[in-house]
Amino acid sequence: MITTTTTTESQPTSYAEQGNAPVRPAKGMKFMGAAANYVDERTSISGLVKEVGRKIFPDHWSFMLGEVALYSFVVILLSGTFLTFFFQPSMAEVTYNGSYVPLKGIDMSAAMQSALNISFDIRGGLLFRQIHHWAALLFIAAIGLHMLRIYFTGAFRKPREINWFIGFVLFILALAEGFTGYSLPDDLLSGNGLRIIDGMVKGIPVIGVWISYLLFGGEFPGTAVVSRLYSLHIMLLPALLIAMLGAHLLLLIINKHTQFAGPGKTNNNVVGVPVMPVFAAKAGGFFFIVFGVIVLIASLFTINPIWNYGPYDPSPVSAGTQPDWYIGFADGALRLAPPHWEVVWGGYTVSFNILVPIVVLMGLLATVAFYPFIEGWVTGDKREHHILDRPRNAPTRTAIGAALMTLYAALWAAASSDLMATHFKLSLNQVIHVMQFLTVIGPFIAFWITKRVCLALQKKDREIVLHGHESGRIVRLPGGEYIEVHEPLTDYERWNLVSYNEYEPLMVRPNARGVVTPIERIRASVSGFFFEDRISPVTKAEIEAAHHDSHAEIDGGPGGKH
Amino acid sequence: MADHDDETPQAGSAVEKSEPLKVSAGTAVIPTDPFENPGEPAHHLRVTDIDPVEEKKAARQVSTLFFASIVFSCLAVAAYIAFPITPGDTGSIRLNNLFLGLGIALGLLAIGIGAVHWSKTIMPAREITEMRHGTRGSDATRAKAAEVFELGNKESGFGRRSLIRNSLFGALFAFILPGVVIFRDLGPKVDPNVVLRHTLWKKGMHLTLDPSGTRIKAADVTLGSAFHVIPESLLESEDLLEEKAKAAVLVMRLNPDDLNEPEGRENWQYNGIVAYSKICTHVGCPVALYEQQTHHLLCPCHQSTFDVTDNCKVIFGPASRPLPQLPITVDAEGYLVAQSDFHEPVGPSFWERDRA
Repeated sequence: MITTTTTTESQPTSYAEQGNAPVRPAKGMKFMGAAANYVDERTSISGLVKEVGRKIFPDHWSFMLGEVALYSFVVILLSGTFLTFFFQPSMAEVTYNGSYVPLKGIDMSAAMQSALNISFDIRGGLLFRQIHHWAALLFIAAIGLHMLRIYFTGAFRKPREINWFIGFVLFILALAEGFTGYSLPDDLLSGNGLRIIDGMVKGIPVIGVWISYLLFGGEFPGTAVVSRLYSLHIMLLPALLIAMLGAHLLLLIINKHTQFAGPGKTNNNVVGVPVMPVFAAKAGGFFFIVFGVIVLIASLFTINPIWNYGPYDPSPVSAGTQPDWYIGFADGALRLAPPHWEVVWGGYTVSFNILVPIVVLMGLLATVAFYPFIEGWVTGDKREHHILDRPRNAPTRTAIGAALMTLYAALWAAASSDLMATHFKLSLNQVIHVMQFLTVIGPFIAFWITKRVCLALQKKDREIVLHGHESGRIVRLPGGEYIEVHEPLTDYERWNLVSYNEYEPLMVRPNARGVVTPIERIRASVSGFFFEDRISPVTKAEIEAAHHDSHAEIDGGPGGKH
Repeated sequence: MADHDDETPQAGSAVEKSEPLKVSAGTAVIPTDPFENPGEPAHHLRVTDIDPVEEKKAARQVSTLFFASIVFSCLAVAAYIAFPITPGDTGSIRLNNLFLGLGIALGLLAIGIGAVHWSKTIMPAREITEMRHGTRGSDATRAKAAEVFELGNKESGFGRRSLIRNSLFGALFAFILPGVVIFRDLGPKVDPNVVLRHTLWKKGMHLTLDPSGTRIKAADVTLGSAFHVIPESLLESEDLLEEKAKAAVLVMRLNPDDLNEPEGRENWQYNGIVAYSKICTHVGCPVALYEQQTHHLLCPCHQSTFDVTDNCKVIFGPASRPLPQLPITVDAEGYLVAQSDFHEPVGPSFWERDRA
């Protein structure tokens, strides 16, 4: 290692100096050299290779979640392209006469028929349908977990707020891709999903009926919606997704990756493995692992057996209808509205039973989308942050995250209220009431518990820093007193526990013109909410005091500020 | 190192970076006497770094995995040929799906595991440190960028020539309008508020079974039974699904004493046989579950529950309005017929629903 952690003593003259071994010309180098020269003389690509070829990527298992999302998206593109070669996005009525005997002679749309043909008449067709669907589920799940990782470690702070927002847009686009794709086969289950969308859209004041009418090309279900969703699903949404993904990755490279605090790691360096060759091999290999796992699941487990549901018909529906899991939180929100929330005002119908769930969902999503900007405004911290927080060291942020997750989870679980009732032999009505309670009160409980747990963990950290690890060794002092011997921490261990950011609540002060603006007042109260209860990191002075008074009672040691 | 050590900074170079400036730390507490970063801990060598035998073994494992991948991919091709699909035989599809999938999956996994194993055992494990640079461009770069804008402004007169500028803004706004208007014909010309209020039901229309279309004799509707019903003309309708989405009806027979009809609707039932719209007034799912004992109708989508004995009033769930009732009677031969269309729009609520 040439560069030290805090200062740049000397610049390495070549990459070989950074690694272990000097670069030796290898076999086949002559051809590669000629090829590289050919390309560079026409593209100037050597500059890019020099820039990013030895870029450093820090290593941590949680950093792979975004990679899983990226790779499953590639799998979706590949498998989806194969499906487009066979799928017919048409709602023209046909009589099924394919290989699947139970549906023979049944009227359905050409879309449903071609989806069945993909499943039953094309070798590997069912496999690719299942790869596509499983990969889509993994895509959205990985995005969700990736967002949680970013959130709870504070990786969204300056300079990455914009990239967080781009990531949020990607999440929404992924949901839209999921829903449009889910609706394409025109089977009974997806048709009921569209029916619900139709009903929700009609509930929008003033323009609802017209939007539904234009979307479906007339009355629901019409003969247009599948081909329209298809255009969105395979063209507009993927184009947006790829563009946003490009911006997301470009900003990742520009901002460089964050890293967890640790000895040798500072806010001004990146410690990790270089792109060429280690990260490339790991990430490239990981792509094949993700791809392989998706194909393995697709070859072993059925997903979306449309042949069991049959073609869409507005009259039948199966009990226990469930949307794909990622739409669950929206469906659950609809289920939780109590009866009779619709009102007629001045002759116009206002469907609060639909509007309130939509507003709650929008509020949840907007909080997620804008959280980095809110926190940045509260702290007023304009520094760049490249060192990740341990979730416990940002108790209020972590607690807000837990509260939002609880809200999401309650809405999501509510989408299975009927299945919970039948499986656990509960009253359906009681399950809904419990979910209503959890939706409204649950986030507050989660906030309180999480914040207390974070503060307790921080206190525990302080205790360890001040008094060392418990060794389990009890000794008797000459005076007869028994104490447990505590082993002091190494410098490395201590660094992990003391190097974190601390914020104080904002004191309201008049600005340059001697005025306290209302905005500043609000900011101060939000800042108080964030940082009133906090545990400060141990200082050098405190450690020294603890050393001088090594017999101090553990719990009586200098605690946090309250 | 993404340093520009050997590059002469050129005007307009977008990648130039500056060291971070002194910026406000907001309400952050800056420790006066911070701990020293102890620096990177000692690097531990792996067994493959120390023992050439182990290194060789790892290299062999990697190439074995890559060779295995070739074999699995070939097996996938073999499975494609060896497990054809026999029409009508779902077992053949299962085998095709399973073995083709396993071949591809194992081929992919072997590549992936091989590459990761390679990077973890043979490639250098030692971490490298790279310095970060402030994201913000250097002052010189920013000054150049500002100069570019200034020049652009000066040479075009964008700021000065307000008439040109504002008329351009107007034009850029106006040019979007046809792009919005053009979507009007996504839907047909008729006003949705007219079509949403009418279904196929009309005076004398026979109630028929869904999906066969056979007429229903009132005498065949036994106490406690429920029928899924469509209008007789539906099967000949051109817009079958659209009409069915509005006209689907549930017919149930209850003890006439259990029914509490509101005023004016006493004659909408026949001998305890009542007909209600099957389309949920919440968001339009079919209210397909009938609990015979309690006389409740349950929507399986969002669990809105309607009490048939009480004019299908909502007793649970997110729906607000009762299911619309279809007035029915019998014809001369005893078959169930409608007295008229529904007296209100069926299905989900909408803004103009309660307008005349």
